[in-house]
Amino acid sequence: MTTAGKHSTPLLSIKGLTASAGDLEILNGIDLEVFAGEVHAVMGPNGSGKSTLANVLAGRPDYTVTGGQVLFEGQDLLKLEPEIRARMGLFLAFQYPLELPGVRAWQFLKAGVDARRLHHGDEEMSAREFDQMLKAKVAAVQIDPDLVKRAVNEGFSGGERKRNEILQMAVLEPKLALLDETDSGLDIDALRIVSDGVNMLRSPENAVILVTHYQRILNYITPNYVHVLFDGRIVRSGGPELAHELEEKGYDWIKDTVDASV
Amino acid sequence: MTRAPAKYAHYLADFHSLTEGPGAGAPAWLQDIRDNAWSRFSGTGFPTARRGNERWKYTNVGPIAKIDFEFPLIAAAANGSKSLVPTYAIDGLAVYDLVFVDGRYSPELSSPAAGSNGITAASMAASTRDGSLDIENHVGRYAPLDDDGFAALNTAFLHDGAVIHVAHGHSEKTFVRITYLTTNGGEPKVTHPRTLLVAGRNTDVTVVESYTGPKESVYFTNAVTEISVGDGAKVDHYRLLLEGENSFHVGTSRVKQDKDSSFNSASFILGTALARNDMEVLMDAPGAFCSLNGLYLTTENQHIDNLISIDHAQPNCTSRLNYKGILDGKSRAVFGGTVMVRRDAQKSDAEQTDKNLLLSKSAEVDSKPSLLIYADDVKCSHGATAGHIDADTLFYLRSRGLDLNAASRLLIHAFAREIIDTVKLEPLKEYLDTVFTAAIPNKSLPIGVTK
Repeated sequence: MTTAGKHSTPLLSIKGLTASAGDLEILNGIDLEVFAGEVHAVMGPNGSGKSTLANVLAGRPDYTVTGGQVLFEGQDLLKLEPEIRARMGLFLAFQYPLELPGVRAWQFLKAGVDARRLHHGDEEMSAREFDQMLKAKVAAVQIDPDLVKRAVNEGFSGGERKRNEILQMAVLEPKLALLDETDSGLDIDALRIVSDGVNMLRSPENAVILVTHYQRILNYITPNYVHVLFDGRIVRSGGPELAHELEEKGYDWIKDTVDASV
Repeated sequence: MTRAPAKYAHYLADFHSLTEGPGAGAPAWLQDIRDNAWSRFSGTGFPTARRGNERWKYTNVGPIAKIDFEFPLIAAAANGSKSLVPTYAIDGLAVYDLVFVDGRYSPELSSPAAGSNGITAASMAASTRDGSLDIENHVGRYAPLDDDGFAALNTAFLHDGAVIHVAHGHSEKTFVRITYLTTNGGEPKVTHPRTLLVAGRNTDVTVVESYTGPKESVYFTNAVTEISVGDGAKVDHYRLLLEGENSFHVGTSRVKQDKDSSFNSASFILGTALARNDMEVLMDAPGAFCSLNGLYLTTENQHIDNLISIDHAQPNCTSRLNYKGILDGKSRAVFGGTVMVRRDAQKSDAEQTDKNLLLSKSAEVDSKPSLLIYADDVKCSHGATAGHIDADTLFYLRSRGLDLNAASRLLIHAFAREIIDTVKLEPLKEYLDTVFTAAIPNKSLPIGVTK
């Protein structure tokens, strides 16, 4: 494998991570290292644990971590509240973004930006500066400016909600973006907007974990690595060509190879 | 009058003190109204939650009935009370201020309208004395005495209050701010504020009715408001209950709308020990529109009861009823909404909702919206919800960097803002936003699923 960045310590390091929801073990020992500058695609069939992985990293309280370790910039991520993770630069694009009736997008995004700035010892952003920044981001991610004037996701279509997640990501400029099946259910135009948003974020300083069921989005975003999750474990890792192989052979191929090795 | 039960003896004594004291020398019609109202009250007394009394099913007024409130015969000095008057500047509008201290008009704190330009905004006691306005044909006409004892008791003590009259065709915006404040000191006090608004044909009137008093004191405000909205007139009416935490408030508002009139109302209620907001709108001619909004916030052991009725008596009327509650502690809210569509009221269009956000496990709400429809060509809907803040929603906000407290406050504020946004006067809107934002409890919330 090639190394994409010049950083010697990983941005994210996952070792032996296990997690459950209620009595159900979902993650059965995940090992993964992500360096700044990299895009990792995490693929897998339904129920393989790929969404759980993204949500556990973001700190969703529905899951219990039962073992293992996750370091984010060398800090023990699992001990931190979700909002602290966010302020440190972790971002989860939701698979099903929620409606926030009465909460204006402007207010919501500024609260997020300010929380992060205060965390890093900076002052809150002035309304004027924030306005300008938001305007630029709206233009950059090609979102209908009217969406920002409305309440967050209220009455939005599925595609509009996903685009709104990309806008939030662009505004919050995360170090590590976790995209939880953001591509699911998108038409080709929306898929392009989402992909452009991710490609725009790509820099030597940050990284993306793209959780997806389909190979389709990888036509627009070329990952450095592709991992296949099965039964809560990474059973195969490779370059972009692995996604194509999966597309040809289907997830049954993975299932058969895993079964054969047991 | 001698039939009065012993438990109302102090009200009877005060009734005599009023009619022989500050209320003496009233015109005969007024004394008749008082006498008639007193005999009604002494017959019915305060309501009880007996079987079949749907209007008082969930609210026990025992705590009000138990206390011997003192009826102030002499208003307290106005100085020192000014700080209690809600402050928000209204720019670019002529503002008439009517301030009442312990039920009496305060000339020092008021700036009335004398009637010369078609607008009267004045003390009811003074206007009755000099006979300058036709009060006789309006007062007591919209607020009947037979619903329960409170309106009858208020009417028995009919003396002072605010009277606003805008002459037919005076289409310039008229803005009147009424403040009823109860002062500190002495025994627990009772006042019976009375408001009468007569908006003539094609007038445009905004009235803000505020009730306030000392934060800690025990007192009782028993208010009655009557509003007549003339043909083609537009009335914006705001009720601000910013009473003390240990006070009692019973407000009875009755509105009559004429042809093609518009009545927009918003009630803002911060917790009192016990508050009742009883409002009834009669759409008495075709083409009327009304929008009744409400926001209530309660904590600890407070109790708020909103009883809102809209009577579609005539065809082609539209009504919107939207109340929202935020409940913390062991507080309790009651919402009874009734939309009646009478047989002749074809093409009626009515919507009513009551939504409640529970901030604690022990807060409780009884919400009963109901539709009584006797016409067949109508469009009506109703709904009620009560729930805690949704756990997934909180996580969504936290995942963007907001801590639990900030996320909760943002969601509660957003919930309240829908009603605050119905206020059309920007300074009043900002004032209410500040007041309610400050009242949002600072705490971590129980998390549940909003239905």
